[in-house]
Amino acid sequence: MAEVKRAYARPLDLKHGRVDLTHGSGGRAMVQLIGELFARHLGNDYLGQGNDGAVLPAAVLEGRPARIVMSTDSHVVSPLFFPGGDIGCLSVHGTVNDVAVMGATPLYLAAAFILEEGFALADLARLVESMAQAARAAGVPVVTGDTKVVERGKGDGVFITTTAVGVLPDGLELGGARARPGDAVLVSGSIGDHGVAIMSKRENLSFDAPIVSDTAALNGLVATMLASGAEIHCLRDPTRGGLAATLNEIAGQSGVGMMLQEKAIPVKPVVAAACELLGLDPLNVANEGKLIAICASADASALLAAMRAHPLGADAALIGEVVADEHHFVQLSTAFGGRRIVDWLAGDQLPRIC
Amino acid sequence: MKYIDEFRDGEVAKTIAGKIATAVQAERRYSFMEFCGGHTHAISRYGLSDLLPPNVRMVHGPGCPVCVLPIGRIDMAIALALERGVILCSYGDTLRVPASDGLSLMKAKARGGDIRMVYSTLDALQIARDNPQREVVFFAIGFETTTPPTALAIQQAAQEQLGNFSVLCCHVLTPAAISQILESPEVRQWGTVPIDGFIGPAHVSTVIGSRPYEFFAEEYRKPVVIAGFEPLDVMQAILMLVRQVNEGRAEVENEFSRAVTREGNLKAQDRVAEVFELRSEFEWRGLSVVPYSALKLREQYGSFDAERRFGLLYQPVPDNKACECGAILRGVKRPQDCKIFGTVCTPENPVGSCMVSSEGACAAHYSYGRYKDMN
Repeated sequence: MAEVKRAYARPLDLKHGRVDLTHGSGGRAMVQLIGELFARHLGNDYLGQGNDGAVLPAAVLEGRPARIVMSTDSHVVSPLFFPGGDIGCLSVHGTVNDVAVMGATPLYLAAAFILEEGFALADLARLVESMAQAARAAGVPVVTGDTKVVERGKGDGVFITTTAVGVLPDGLELGGARARPGDAVLVSGSIGDHGVAIMSKRENLSFDAPIVSDTAALNGLVATMLASGAEIHCLRDPTRGGLAATLNEIAGQSGVGMMLQEKAIPVKPVVAAACELLGLDPLNVANEGKLIAICASADASALLAAMRAHPLGADAALIGEVVADEHHFVQLSTAFGGRRIVDWLAGDQLPRIC
Repeated sequence: MKYIDEFRDGEVAKTIAGKIATAVQAERRYSFMEFCGGHTHAISRYGLSDLLPPNVRMVHGPGCPVCVLPIGRIDMAIALALERGVILCSYGDTLRVPASDGLSLMKAKARGGDIRMVYSTLDALQIARDNPQREVVFFAIGFETTTPPTALAIQQAAQEQLGNFSVLCCHVLTPAAISQILESPEVRQWGTVPIDGFIGPAHVSTVIGSRPYEFFAEEYRKPVVIAGFEPLDVMQAILMLVRQVNEGRAEVENEFSRAVTREGNLKAQDRVAEVFELRSEFEWRGLSVVPYSALKLREQYGSFDAERRFGLLYQPVPDNKACECGAILRGVKRPQDCKIFGTVCTPENPVGSCMVSSEGACAAHYSYGRYKDMN
């Protein structure tokens, strides 16, 4: 990143300033924004190389070349700041988690920002600080990045795309196609927190619920789970579409069905109440700091104990089992004593009228 | 959740299920229509039919607001958004109902229509206040539950002289629909749809009370049990219906006494009567044209009537030929009897309206119960 001589530029007005088109035009203003905002908060040796790309050391695990896992995720959330987080930390957690649930150790992040003209620099600074904090906490530095500015009205404040790279030890094979009949289905904690926290602050829906997003980096929890030695077949983070979508995805990929116990699925009372009010099903509501684990049934209790010993898995629960089913249905034994399908959502969850 | 979990208690459900099993007479078949989509949803979501004896059958009724909305009405709303440039405010469920030309409100939005999902009529009023230079139309649909809020919004708009606000009124009436079903040849002459009793609406009845159903009990000799939307409410109502049938009674009973009185919500009824009057006829999806089954704005509030304001004319549009929504809404067919159920018609690509709302019989069966068709 090129240095800008102090004498030629006023410092960024982080109090009252706004993003304008010059911040994306490749001139001094852009360099200044990168230097005074992004590099200042996110700075590390790799980012500090200041070239078009970051040069990273070869991926090695226990002295041997390791397989690389890479994942990318675009983050578009409204509102940008929500109870328990913001798009900054979310953009770190989301992508770190995608790599972590592959069983890999996330090592580096890349971040690309699309900023809308007029966006307050103070808000941008808050987001970048939050992102930096999340990256530090997860132990995954942002090593390269990009900034673009679009005209007012052509963006929604800020969009952030992050890419994460991690290393995967030999012999560790996790995946959606590896669930087998008889396997146990575990979830790392209460579901629906993130989605409800977001919805509670939507412009047309504002309600006061003492609920915060669960957004968190799960690489620590995953490491603990892998270290437990349990025979894990699949890990996945149930983000958009919630638990229902993720389990249907796995059922389809593995060619199996699932039978869940409604009573066992952890849902916070306030989330249940908000969903009730809005006519939503918590099983379809997004999470950003939870994972689903499918493991050999013999190892289920050991894995559950390992998860519960980690702060992000304190409320982990065994919620069901994988069953043979040629139709790949995810079914639920209801707390009421009946049985039903847990299906994908068709589009967004829309509130019912009656 | 206090006051909710109590009505979803699996242990109590077992007890009531035991009582139903004991009460039913083995040689008899019991067919009960749950009028409301809310009940249909509860039955499917909680897997309630698993708790019923095989000779008790639930028939889904037409009480799903978006299901009974005919294509022509959605077309009117779409035309307002696409051709007249209004801000069209709609309840969420309505957005995906298929209309003419492969459109829906959702698809019209993608084509540039300014269509906004609202949670209440108050949101629509606020949008009108915030956009004084734009015409704002609230797409008012639903049974007696959603009618009072529309009436209030119109009165509020009148008081504020909110000149850019109007309502496309498609509010319909529950008793008229029940009459239509009871008068249908399938029920009355041919007996192909056996209906031994009704589970009466929950939320609708909080507004209109239990009195309007007394006519059905007396005139048609059909028991009616008004029930809440929680699964235990439905179980208890089924037990009460079984007992009435066994004892040869046809009365209106109120299981939902925690919210429903005989007279209903008189204030709400007054507001509705101040703003609305009966339409001489209204086309329903499935039930065809039903006389005096819907509401329109009174002359006094005519300037808030989008149909008058924009000179809209209703054009009936026939349903897709393969779609059985009509028969399903009358209880003549079950979702799985429809040839395109689950193949051409799915929640992702609904052909008929019953596949759209989670209260619709087809969507409820597809999303929650279709595993039963596979065994």
